[in-house]
Amino acid sequence: MSLVIVDTACANLSSVRFAFERLGVKPEVTANAERIRSADKVILPGVGTAQAAMRNLQQLELVNVLKQLEQPVLGICLGMQLLTNWSAEGNVDCLGVIPARTLRMQAQDLPLPHMGWNTVKASQNNPLLASISPEQAWFYFVHSYAVAPDDATIATCNYGQTFAAMIRHNNYFGAQFHPERSGAAGAQLLKNFLELTDVNTRA
Amino acid sequence: MLAKRIIPCLDVRHGEVIKGVQFRNHEVIGAIEPLAEQYAQAGADELVFYDITASADARVVDKSWVERIARVIDIPFTVAGGISSIAQAQEILAMGADKISINSPALRNPELINTLVEEFGQQCIVIGIDSFYNSETNTYDVYQFTGDESRTQKTTWQTRDWLREVVARGAGEIVLNCMNQDGVRKGYDIEQLSALRNDCPVPLIASGGAGSIAHFQQVFTQANVDGALAASVFHKGIIAIPTLKQSLIDAGIAVRPAT
Repeated sequence: MSLVIVDTACANLSSVRFAFERLGVKPEVTANAERIRSADKVILPGVGTAQAAMRNLQQLELVNVLKQLEQPVLGICLGMQLLTNWSAEGNVDCLGVIPARTLRMQAQDLPLPHMGWNTVKASQNNPLLASISPEQAWFYFVHSYAVAPDDATIATCNYGQTFAAMIRHNNYFGAQFHPERSGAAGAQLLKNFLELTDVNTRA
Repeated sequence: MLAKRIIPCLDVRHGEVIKGVQFRNHEVIGAIEPLAEQYAQAGADELVFYDITASADARVVDKSWVERIARVIDIPFTVAGGISSIAQAQEILAMGADKISINSPALRNPELINTLVEEFGQQCIVIGIDSFYNSETNTYDVYQFTGDESRTQKTTWQTRDWLREVVARGAGEIVLNCMNQDGVRKGYDIEQLSALRNDCPVPLIASGGAGSIAHFQQVFTQANVDGALAASVFHKGIIAIPTLKQSLIDAGIAVRPAT
């Protein structure tokens, strides 16, 4: 099994890599189009702003590569938002592989960013939350923009509003939280991703 | 529901975890990695590592331990200490730290906050504020270089004004260290924290004074902070994190259960 972490030159690359290494997997961190295409599984990490991240992907000439992947892909945090059609953060077109939109959070009078551990509620078709009970489903979030819940949502979270904690379309998955920093539950999610088979990922 | 965070703070000097009383008389607690791992397993929600000598020595933290921590723990952690440039911040974040916390360098050059936020995003820029209550003038004053007693000095900022300034410049989180309370375990400064809560639209972390489980309960229910930071009560085994979390849950406070 080959796992590639797309080298978006963003800050949480190392923690994502270490999380997989704790599971006994050696991921390759690369921005090479061919290596990404040929991997069994692909991770798209990301922190920072959507605008800067999309600019990076364009400079790396990875936009079309990432759009055309057929293996399971997991976008984490900003990486998840990049999988959607569009982000309000900089009013930028994203990869558009999951039909959803990223908006500024409306948390009423709660502090932003939404930072810390929160619970998520899985929908039935969510293979990545398998073996994680609702009581165990605490994950670490840090974000001010969020994907509005819609048909692509496979888990929700609440912070002043309900938003999509996880999204999916065909082989593309996204998690708004950081599984690499979410203790045992996060490790189980990454393990579930590694164990996805084609059967799970084709719609 | 978003959980209130329990955050052990490990003061680091020369690669060891230490603890001082009111920032003085530092004593060695132990090596970094085993402590970090132990806290993560006990149910800590997050860890903060302060290289307390760094700002005072005008050098960046000795960084090799950052990556070693990132490898072993699976909860978020923040690194603080003398980070005063984009390159230094980049290096520490690249090694796996989730957030960096800036204190004295931001006082010296407030524009640094804007620069770091633009480069790395608001979510990973924490501002630490050392606040001292002066009973003679009845003011809360901001101090800098608190890692070294001989260089610790009062700034011209009052705490509320500096808090508003750093939030306006894009800080993603505030750690308010109430110096009068630090290390004496008589409880958090509820009065100051609740007074400043309304001026803080980003997450606010209480620091200084934790001595008992009741203190944590008070700071969450009375000052409505997002997290509570503590050091000696955890390092000295006065409070066990699983017991603390269960007590908070029993008191109806939203907390991620220790497993």
